[in-house]
Amino acid sequence: MNQFKIVLRLAWRNLWRNHRRTLIMLAAIVVGVWSMIFMTALMRGMVDDMIADGISVLPGHVQIHHPDYRDDPTISNVIDPPAGELLDALSRPEVVAWTTRIRVPAVISSERDTRGVTLIGIEPGRERDLSFVADDIVEGEFLSSRDDRGIVVGRKLVEKLETGLGKRVVIMSQDPDNEIADRGFRIVGVFSSKLAQYEEGFVFAGEGTIQELLGVGDSISEVAILGSDYRDVEGLYGSIKTAAGDEVEVLPWNEIDAYLGSMLAMMDGFVIVFIVVVFLALSFGLVNTLVMAVFERVREIGLMLALGMTPRNILWQIVTESVLLLVIGLVIGNVAAIATIEPLKDGIDVSIVGEGMEMMGASSVLYPALYLKDIVMANVIVIILGFFASLSPAWRASRYDPIRAITKV
Amino acid sequence: MNNITFRLAWRNLWRRKRRTWLTVGAMVFSNIILVFLISMQLGMYSMMIENTLRAQTGNLQIQASGYKDELKMRQVVPDVIALAEEIRSGLGSDEVAARASAFALVSSAERSYGLQISGVEPDYEARVSSIPGLVSEGRFLDDPAAEEIVIGSVLARNLRAGVGDELTLIGSGRDGSFAAAVVTVVGIFESGMPDMDRSFAEVPLGFFQDAFYMDGAGHSVVIMAPSLIQIGAMKTQVEALLPGGEDLVVHDWDTLLPGLKQAIQADFVSAWFMYGILIVLVAFSVLNTQLMSVLERTKEFGITMSLGVTPGRLGRLVLLESGLMGTLGMVLGMVLGGALVLWLGHTGFTYPGLEEMAGKFNLPSRIYPQFSAVGLLMGPVIVMLASLTASIYPALRLHWLEPVAAMRAAE
Repeated sequence: MNQFKIVLRLAWRNLWRNHRRTLIMLAAIVVGVWSMIFMTALMRGMVDDMIADGISVLPGHVQIHHPDYRDDPTISNVIDPPAGELLDALSRPEVVAWTTRIRVPAVISSERDTRGVTLIGIEPGRERDLSFVADDIVEGEFLSSRDDRGIVVGRKLVEKLETGLGKRVVIMSQDPDNEIADRGFRIVGVFSSKLAQYEEGFVFAGEGTIQELLGVGDSISEVAILGSDYRDVEGLYGSIKTAAGDEVEVLPWNEIDAYLGSMLAMMDGFVIVFIVVVFLALSFGLVNTLVMAVFERVREIGLMLALGMTPRNILWQIVTESVLLLVIGLVIGNVAAIATIEPLKDGIDVSIVGEGMEMMGASSVLYPALYLKDIVMANVIVIILGFFASLSPAWRASRYDPIRAITKV
Repeated sequence: MNNITFRLAWRNLWRRKRRTWLTVGAMVFSNIILVFLISMQLGMYSMMIENTLRAQTGNLQIQASGYKDELKMRQVVPDVIALAEEIRSGLGSDEVAARASAFALVSSAERSYGLQISGVEPDYEARVSSIPGLVSEGRFLDDPAAEEIVIGSVLARNLRAGVGDELTLIGSGRDGSFAAAVVTVVGIFESGMPDMDRSFAEVPLGFFQDAFYMDGAGHSVVIMAPSLIQIGAMKTQVEALLPGGEDLVVHDWDTLLPGLKQAIQADFVSAWFMYGILIVLVAFSVLNTQLMSVLERTKEFGITMSLGVTPGRLGRLVLLESGLMGTLGMVLGMVLGGALVLWLGHTGFTYPGLEEMAGKFNLPSRIYPQFSAVGLLMGPVIVMLASLTASIYPALRLHWLEPVAAMRAAE
């Protein structure tokens, strides 16, 4: 213990013998560590946001469909509403919310224009807990009940159709016998969305009204289930799958939307690659600094060896210096990263490339997300790799022949 | 004279071999990464632009003003076929095609879907779009007035329709009146882009104009330029060819698809954040090395200065040393990075998750980095400049050196 104290004190003093070199190296480590944490937080924030938005559109963490529905999303592929064992499973505590929906392709016409959309029949009370639409009503009101006779459309679609709140539109779709079913609806609400494609592509009506229009009794297209955490849906997925039986297809969100799922999966790998690349760029300087520090002290090291310090002591001495330098750099780098992320918590406006972000499925405000696990990972990678990088110069120092080292000019 | 400075600088570098190699190593490492990533990005961007524009948008489009944002049936380009012909002869290029587009409910015997139908010129569409070449079953349209349709593969599956089946189109004409027609499926295309395959259909323009009461009008004239760089000049040329008195405008692709350019910009900027960090780290490495190498030569510099060498010349010596290191790093980085790019450009590569992501941007699921002068030079040249900038401070220090005091400095 006492010996460690001496080693540490020596390391500290050695570092400041050449304060310029140490400060430059320290600055490099701080910049490196800062960028690792800062950049990771930005990317995490972007992906989190994409996934949160994606899940609120799907919606839910787990969905139940007819086995053919995903391939052929029409009114022919419907299922019965949850009952029996599935209903019990849905009332368990791990289910935060769930709803049923009927979802079919349809054509919407105003007096002026016609567009193809996805018509979604919802249970307004339950839908509120899962999807984005109820919270983003900008004009009028959300649907009041499953038998509501009104319709809720996106702001962009209202513009394209040259219609407005209170006006009538005609919805056309197909019933299970392939006959065209159509009906007039009054626009009772207009919603906005961060992503324009939803504003243009989705219209919402009461589930009961749509079932009646299409003549499908109480059949539904999907059951959407929200769990507590989208990162951990395996448990929820497993219990729902068991309860739902083999007649229907149960899928977690990362399989329904493969793009979102792969983004989340790729992020962890990407964070590690980024941290390691930055560290490697840093490591050349680190090793260089140590090589110089050892080279300047050849005589001194020779003397210490001659006085009876073991090669192992010398090795640890050099490694301690390196690790001490890294620790100081890490502390400052972490503080700097947190200090720069904190004021950006309210979001960074990137609307200048907003439509590009939308193409990637992200919104035009970036919210950095600082995760403890990313901070820990950056620090652990830097310390461990830094330790190994400093072994080589330290090893060379410990292998000096004392006599030659002392007499070196 | 210069020769001596050069030789001195070169020899000075190798007085401390390990240090020099470590500094050069930092440069080479960063340069390889920069060359590789920039080449990969450029390759991806040009593919994204090419694939996306080739599919439908083209490089330039003539439209009625306002059509781009509102897509109204009545915002037409009058006499569109004649106008396309005029542009063709005016530009001396065949890569020009007229189009019209309308929303229609498409029904097969079993299913109905609402989608956007395009009327195209069978003879010219293949020159501005990749869709005609992607027909995997049946054939593309050939008669300008035939009652035929080509549809995407997912749409065909959803409609449960195949080549030879009849589809009914119901929509509204230019004047808002009811329009209906029956067409035969003659071809099915497979673009690999989910949106296109699911919701795109093409009919001959002449037939389209009859069915939707277009009265000879269309909605756009699509033009391809020989390369992206020539689009600006071509736009001016096309604008000059427009007939007077009509409310027509020429849009280039980044106005038509602002998302594409912005996605590229967003990606490029965020990538440069990482490149910037690598470059700064290399600069620190050079600063450290050069400052140490100047400091340990204090005594030597003192002697040479008292012999009459000016601080300016010594400063140039230090800069030359950095320049030599930078050149070494640049050359090695470019050779190794270039080799990596060439190799991967040949074999291509992929990583887990790429396929899902690539589909979103009209990219294939294997990436082939593009070997280009820009990709090869951009990163290494900036690293070189950063290295030189980093050694300005060590070089300037020489101006403050007092020869007498310096000679007394400890070795």
